[in-house]
Formats: sequence, C-alpha cells, structure tokens
Amino acid sequence: MSQATDTETVREDGIIDSVSGPVVTATDLDARMNDVVYVGDEGLMGEVIEIEGNLTTIQVYEETSGVGPGEPVENTGEPLTVDLGPGMLDSIYDGVQRPLDVLESKMGTPFLDRGVDAPGIDLEATWEFTPTVSEGDELEAGDVIGEVPETESITHRVMVPPDSEGGAVDSIEAGEFTVEETVATLDTGEEIRMRQEWPVREARPAVDKETPTVPLVSGQRIQDGLFPLAKGGTAAIPGPFGSGKTVTQQQLAKWSDADIVVYVGCGERGNEMTEVIEDFPELEDPQTGKPLMSRTCLIANTSNMPVAARESCIYTGITLAEYFRDMGYDVALMADSTSRWAEAMREISSRLEEMPGEEGYPAYLAASLSEFYERAGKFENINGTEGSISVIGAVSPPGGDFSEPVTQNTLRIVKTFWALDSDLAEKRHFPSINWNESYSLYRDQLDPWYRENVAEDYPEVRQWAIDVLDEEDELQEIVQLVGKDALPEDQQLTLEVARYLREAWLQQNAFHDTDTFCSPEKTYRMLQAIRTFSDEAFSALDAGVPVEEISSIDAAPQLNRMGVAEEWEEFIGDLEDDMESQLRELY
Amino acid sequence: MKEYQTITEVSGPLVFAEVDEPVGYDEIVEIETQQGETLRGQVLESSEGLVSIQVFEGTGGIDRNASVRFLGETMKMPVTEDLLGRVLDGSGNPIDGGPEIVPDKREDIVGAAINPYSREYPEEFIQTGVSAIDGMNTLVRGQKLPIFSSSGQPHNELAMQIARQATVPEEAAEDEATDEPGSDEDGELGEGADDEGSEFAVIFGAMGITAEEANEFMDDFERTGALERSVVFMNLADDPAVERTVTPRMALTTAEYLAFEEGYHVLVILTDMTNYCEALREIGAAREEVPGRRGYPGYMYTDLAQLYERAGRIQGREGSVTQIPILTMPGDDDTHPIPDLTGYITEGQIYVDPALNSQGFKPPINVSPSLSRLMDDGIGEGLTRGDHADVKDQLFAAYAQGKDLRDLVNIVGREALSETDNKYLDFADRFEETFVDQGFDSNRSIDETLEIGWDLLSALPKEQLNRIDEELIAEHYREDIGEQVEATAE
Ligand SMILES: Nc1ncnc2c1ncn2[C@@H]1O[C@H](COP(=O)(O)OP(=O)(O)OP(=O)(O)O)[C@@H](O)[C@H]1O
Ligand SMILES: [Mg+2]
Repeated sequence: MSQATDTETVREDGIIDSVSGPVVTATDLDARMNDVVYVGDEGLMGEVIEIEGNLTTIQVYEETSGVGPGEPVENTGEPLTVDLGPGMLDSIYDGVQRPLDVLESKMGTPFLDRGVDAPGIDLEATWEFTPTVSEGDELEAGDVIGEVPETESITHRVMVPPDSEGGAVDSIEAGEFTVEETVATLDTGEEIRMRQEWPVREARPAVDKETPTVPLVSGQRIQDGLFPLAKGGTAAIPGPFGSGKTVTQQQLAKWSDADIVVYVGCGERGNEMTEVIEDFPELEDPQTGKPLMSRTCLIANTSNMPVAARESCIYTGITLAEYFRDMGYDVALMADSTSRWAEAMREISSRLEEMPGEEGYPAYLAASLSEFYERAGKFENINGTEGSISVIGAVSPPGGDFSEPVTQNTLRIVKTFWALDSDLAEKRHFPSINWNESYSLYRDQLDPWYRENVAEDYPEVRQWAIDVLDEEDELQEIVQLVGKDALPEDQQLTLEVARYLREAWLQQNAFHDTDTFCSPEKTYRMLQAIRTFSDEAFSALDAGVPVEEISSIDAAPQLNRMGVAEEWEEFIGDLEDDMESQLRELY
Repeated sequence: MKEYQTITEVSGPLVFAEVDEPVGYDEIVEIETQQGETLRGQVLESSEGLVSIQVFEGTGGIDRNASVRFLGETMKMPVTEDLLGRVLDGSGNPIDGGPEIVPDKREDIVGAAINPYSREYPEEFIQTGVSAIDGMNTLVRGQKLPIFSSSGQPHNELAMQIARQATVPEEAAEDEATDEPGSDEDGELGEGADDEGSEFAVIFGAMGITAEEANEFMDDFERTGALERSVVFMNLADDPAVERTVTPRMALTTAEYLAFEEGYHVLVILTDMTNYCEALREIGAAREEVPGRRGYPGYMYTDLAQLYERAGRIQGREGSVTQIPILTMPGDDDTHPIPDLTGYITEGQIYVDPALNSQGFKPPINVSPSLSRLMDDGIGEGLTRGDHADVKDQLFAAYAQGKDLRDLVNIVGREALSETDNKYLDFADRFEETFVDQGFDSNRSIDETLEIGWDLLSALPKEQLNRIDEELIAEHYREDIGEQVEATAE
C-alpha cells in the first residue's frame, strides 16, 4: 500500500479491541500478514504484524494517544510499499516514506501531527522524459525505456517494473509527464508510468550477485588505507556514545565515490538530520562538483518519532537503494543506527508478548539483520546493467560492550569492521577507529584495483604501516612498565615512526576544510613520506646518530601538517627532501 | 462524563477498572477516593471492557468503592507567559500561594515531535563563563547537554553557575549598543526583568530531589532575581514517584510554549533524571513487563528521547529550548543504562569527576570524557574566535598526553622521563589548577578562557603544537612563557 492513495474517511473493516502504545488489536478484520491498515477515526497508518483467530495485531506508525476500542480499522489489502520514480533524490522522508517537507506544509506546523498522508514522490510535478527505446522494440521486466534528468548530477532511468510480463513497445514518446501519466504502452496492453510501487519487505529481483572488486573510496585515510570497503560490501561501525559513528557515516555520505547515497537516520537525533539538510546542498561532490544533496536521499525517523516507523525505515531505505541499483548505479546506504532498529523490533515484540531471546530481543533478530545485509552486494541486474549497494551500519552497543547481541550478530554478517574506541575519542584521536581491532575482509580482493589505480606497491606500503603499528602496540606494553628511555634506540625510533603514523596519517579532522577529504593518492603519498622518514632515520641510527638527535630535526614535525596541506604534492615532495637532507647532515 | 465504581484490582501504581464504553489510550482519569480525595492518572492500556490506569499521586486510599471518571482527553496543562515567576508542584498546581493561573491555552504535555525538516541547526554560542565548558565543550542555544555526576558531587552548584552566568555575547554586545548606558551585563540570566534586551527564561524541573537541594536552587534564584524569569516545577523526594513521569513533560511543555510562541530563549534544568528513570522502572515492574537491561523498561531509550529531543530551535521561530538535565550515575558508572541511554540521545555530556572534586577543583569537570557535539559549528571566527578550534584540539591532546604520563611517572619517576614528557606532566597539572579550577563564582569571558589556554600551551615547545595552524602560533604563542619555564627548570 502506498501513500499515493488517498483516504478520506476510514471504512469499518474491523473494530479496535485494545490499544497499548504503538500496538493495537482489532477484531473482525479480514487481513493478511503485513497488510497496511488505517486505524481509528483519524486513520493512523499501521501494519498487520500478527493474526490469531479473529484477533489481528497491528503496529501503528503514528502516536496512538486518545485512540480507543470500538473505533474502526480499514484494510487496504496491500503490504507496505514505497513509491519509486523521479523525485526521490534531494528529499527527506520519514520511516514510511512520507516527505517531511510536504508534511510540514500539509500540517501547517513544525510539529508532527497525526493522520496526514503524502505520496512518496510528487504526483503533480512534471519531468522531461526522453525515450531510449523505439516502437517495436521487445522489452522485458526491468528494461530501461527512457531517461529523466532528475537532479543536476543524476539521470533517472525509467524502467519496466520488475513484475511486468514484458512485450513489444506499442507507443512511446518524449515529453513532459507527471509520474502517473503513461509514457509507453506495450503490445500486451500494459501501460508504463514513471511511478512504480514496491513492497519494502521484499528484495527487488536481480540476476546474480558478484564478488566486489572495486573499493568504495571514502576519502578517509584509515578506511582507504587500512580497512577498505568494497562497492557492494558491508561494514559495521560499533562504538559507545560519542565515539564518532555519526561523523564517520556522514563523512562517507559526503566524500565516498558512490553515485547515490541513501542516508537512514534510524532512531537518532533530529539535529543530525537538520545538519545534513543544511550542509549537503552547500557541499560539492568531489567527483562531479555538483551539490551533494542532488545525489542524496534522506530518511529521518528520529528517536522521538513513532517506534513502529523506526522499525520500517530500514526497509524503506534499502528498497529505495535497490531501485537505484537497478538503474546501474553504485549506491551507498548508511544506517544510523541499526541498534535503534533492533530495539524497535524488541519493543514491538515485547508488546506482543513474544518469547524473548537474548537480552529481550526477539528470536528473529539475527535473521532480520542478515536479511537486511543480504540486500547489499554487487549485482547483475535483470536489465543486464551492473549496480551495487554498499551498506554501512552503525551499531550502538549498550555500555559500549561489543559482546551484546546486535553487535555480535552483525559481526557475523559484515565483512568490514570499524571498531570505535572511547579511549581514542577521549584523547580526541579522530576518527577513533581502533587499528588493532578493526578489519576488512575485502583487502585482498581490492588490491589489484589499488595497484592499478593508485600505486603498484600500495599493498606493500600498507603492510609496512601495519607492521610498525603492531610493533608499537607490543612496545607500548613495555614502555608502560619501564618508560621509553629504557628501550634500545632502534625501538625508540620505531615508536617515533609509529607516532607519526598515528598522528599524521591515521588521524583526520572531519571539520577541517582540507583534511576532511583525502584522495587515495594523497593517502598513499603521506604514508610514503612517513616511510621516507623511517628509512632515512634508521640509516642515520645505523651511522651512529643518537635517536634524540634524529627525532629533533625540524622537518619531521611537518609530517603532521601533510593532512591540512592543500598543495600536498609539492608539500610532501619538499618535506621528503628536507627530512632527507637534515638527517643526512647528522652523519 | 460517566462515573464508574468498577475497580477490580489495585497493584503498585496501577489500578484496573471495568468499563462499558470505549476509553482512549493515554486519556486522563480522575479517581475519587471515599475520603473525598481526587487522584489523577492516565490510561496505560485500553481494551474492550477493561482499562489499566497509572495513578500519578500513588494509589494510597484507593479501594473498590473509589469512583473513576474518564475525562475524554489526554493530559493537558495551561500555558501562559504568566507562569514566569511561579512555583508549581510536580503536577503543575501552584504552591506559591499566588493567584490561579489563567491559561492562554491548554497544551498536551506529551508534545509532538519536531519535524526534523523544520528544525534549525543550533549554532549560537552560549557563554557560560566556565572555561571547561566554553573552551573545551561549548554549549549552544537549542542544545541538550546533560551533566553526568554522582551523589555527593557539586553538580547543583555547576548548574546554578551556568544558569546565573549564561549569556550570548554577541547579543549582549548588540544590546549594549542600543540600551541605556549602565546596563553592561545584558543577556545575563541573573539580571532581573528590568533589562528588556534579553528574553531568557529558566525552567526548573525537580524530580525527587531533597527539599534541601530544592532550597539551594530557590535561594539562588531569589538572590539573583532569576525567579522572576523562572518557572519552577517541584516534585520532591517525598512526593509521589509516579508523578515524576509527568513533571519533566510539564516543564518542557512550558518551555516549548515560551520558546516557540513567546520567543524566549529557555534554559531547562531537569534534576535528577535518575529519579525519573527509577519511576519508569517502578511502573514497568508493576505492569509485569519484560524488563530490559538492569530491570529498566526496554522502551526507556524512546521514553527519554521524547524528553530530550524537545530541545532545539525551529525555523522561523524566535526562541530556543536548551536543556541541561542532571543525572547522578549509580555507582559513578557511565555504562549504567541511565547515563548510557542519555549519552546516546543528548548532544554531548559534561562529566563531574569525584577525583577532581576531592582535590578541591571547582567546578570539578573532567573535560576529556566530556563532549559537546554541537561545538564545531558554534565556535570560530565571528562566533567565538578564529583560534578556538585549534586551541581546543591542542589542549585536549596535551592534557591527554600529560595524564597518560602520570601512571608512568609513578613507576619510573620524573628523572626517567624526557624533558618534553616532564613538560606535559606539568601541563596537565597546570591545566587542572588554572583552566578548570576557576571557582563557582568566577565568570570568564571566552577571550579570557582562550588566553589562559595560550598561557598553558606556551609552556610546551612550539613544535609540539601540531594541532594549531602555524599562523595562529605565530600570532598567539608566548615566547616569554616558554623561556620562563626553561629558566625555572634549570
Ligand atoms: N573524524 C572526526 N574528526 C573530528 N571530530 C570527530 C570525528 N569523529 C568524531 N568527532 C567528534 O566526536 C563527536 C561525537 O561523534 P559522533 O556524534 O559521530 O558520535 P556517535 O558515535 O555517533 O555517538 P552516538 O552513538 O551518541 O550517536 C563529534 O561531535 C565530534 O566532535
Ligand atoms: Mg551518532
């Protein structure tokens, strides 16, 4: 059931029997599981989640204060669907795809009222449609029939719906159309419009899933450098409050080289969504130079919005992502936070008095999580194009303890793990991704890409950095007992090199105009510069120069300024020369 | 309105009654006991023929013969600008002997969520005069920034200091230009009603605190004249626990009205959120719900969010709601569900630290785990100062480094540390002694705060300041301080 359908009065298909928060039961309702219903005199939107004899249980997507037994329930007979078509980018939706800007003007108040519906895409707006097929062409489900310039940066590809039988094109014409007007007819009599509907809880079909071999370049050094994510891959960012999940997600939404970004604010703060709405139109996509907002779709079901719509917002988001994937785009979906989604499931489940599993979560938690992440991947689409969905889920473990069910079940599925660390955050080491705990299982399959596109020895240089950081980790344990000066000189020097790796390379200030984005080339060159320092320093040490003298050369601290350097190629080149000559002067 | 004498069960704060007409979820109920006392409650669950009711004032005195009336509406409260200066109990009844409240309108206390699209991003710096906050964890208008404390700590003193000193400097400067000469501290809360330039108001929502604590606040409000611009809601330790679920909603409904309809910049102090959460737990237990972590309800995150998210700014509206909830962490443990869920919802937190307190530092704020998430957009050129972000980053890094060395120095002694390491150790000490320990009565401008920061940083070697732009170092670094330190060290 899509919100494009209007409801004036609520038909009495069933009668409310009881109300308890977001859970309502009704009698005499002839409904199927997951049907969308309108509840009470105000027609609040809900979804059937349990049927037991004559009693139907409904989760309601709006507040239920004042709703009581005896009020009517209307069944739409259709599951929860989204409207798909031009007009989804540069927009902000709630968890059931109601556009929040339209709600604001319909409700006439900045506060969310109840019982107001709005279609997911504007039904009146017209779009310039240009056919890409001709009369007589044979079409199958999913085929692209034409294009619409949706935003400055994105061309919308109009497709035959996935459940169509296909046929030959009878008529098709260029022109200005609304999303509900017919743009093509097939010889089967089927009329094709720009608007499609799709049930959110069902994955859109694809032919095949492939192994991802191209990274989702994030512009973030620790990610691109050590723990890369693939286009079509999955990643989790668990961390306690204030450790940097949202900033990391927003950095990816801003700077990653996805074609389309679907950002799902699931049960988090209102101001964080406002920030995106205010910032993104002003920021430029580093790939296209166009405003970031024109490739972005926001779904905001904040913590104080109804909990049932929080449960559905994840599905709404992934379905929109799949639709753009079908057009052949690389889509990145950020879900902040999947823990709030899991908690919404828990809350509904406990109102249903279901048998609780671990820590009160429903027994189907693990299954729901893996179903969701399963919808990520690099796909061969039914129309022959290739598209991908990368999913990055924030996880908010209670007390920051990663042993809890949502983190554990997520880690069983995802292949990239960016572990946030509150100690690092406290020290303001950002991004506070712990390099000892994090991992990416995509590293090997992405190496050929890095060799070809960044530097032939990229994997080796990275391995050097990993080794130094590992060694530092071991040495730190000794330092904590005896102090640094008790270590042999070469180990002291290793610590010095590791410090530059941490401070100059791993740290990256999201709020600095230049440092916020770092191309893979720059990431690589910065690492090389630190390695140059290391090589030269160890040569000096071998030649008998004391470590104290080595570490006090003027040039070395300049390594910390590489990130903020705008003319970085020149800066790094000069710096390497300076370090080399200053160190060689010492012997 | 139908009256029932159909109570079937009384259990803890809950009453169950049979009804023969449908009753709406969340509706308000009046229960009249045989002694003629009227108690108020709310419908928690409504099914055909039976409702469960949560009674705010406690169920003492209720028996099967008590009569139950359903008022047919959800809980509302009168709002008006005249609430300013008034003291009310935890359910909104005046307890100051003043006149009856004539409402401008009646508002639902649950409040609807602000449409995220209609929000305006908060970025106006509030100067609290407290360096550990202004310099390191800046508060902005429309933010929700709790104080994480524990029993016996001076969190109230800190909250009062903020309430007294909070001002928006830019505005104060503007007012100074237009106002009559003499009023040089415009925009300050404590200034009383006679300065018209500012429209600050304080809402104080007390939940289960002791009468003594409440008096501290009241005395401070009266002493500084802030009471005239305050609305006080008092639910004290010996008041009914269930009422605590209503008190903050009343406080926030009042705040929203004053902010978004009357244009006030409202500062809401809610204390103690821990007592609020205990009340939630009590209700959950009485309803025999499946408990979440440590016995608190599974929906506590959502419930707290419905309070905290009522902070903010709205496009096209004058005022703002800034929240400073106070919570005492059981066992001083921030992984306890109350601080944990709060931290996940609020836009940062300020930690009051028992160790710093026992060393006598006032206010004993531990800046490291403290955080203001809205800081980054609220500071900088034109807002505070161009060097603010860099100075803050460097102070954080240097303080962390100094503190790290404290453990080590206990083992190996100062002599085993390098000269630079010793400087960091000194830095950490001096940071606490001068930057943090300013006293509850001192009110520092942001300039003073940042200058103290530069004083401290200048004792470190210049090349160690790698978080600060080189031009800013050239402009602010005090060569003389570095030399002084050198000299004394030798
Ligand atoms: N890369 C970064 N650069 C600079 N500052 C950062 C960075 N990452 C995080 N921070 C700082 O940490 C703060 C908290 O980050 P963030 O809001 O992302 O935490 P979170 O993990 O999402 O917390 P919560 O679970 O409560 O939502 C930010 O407001 C910012 O000050
Ligand atoms: Mg977050």
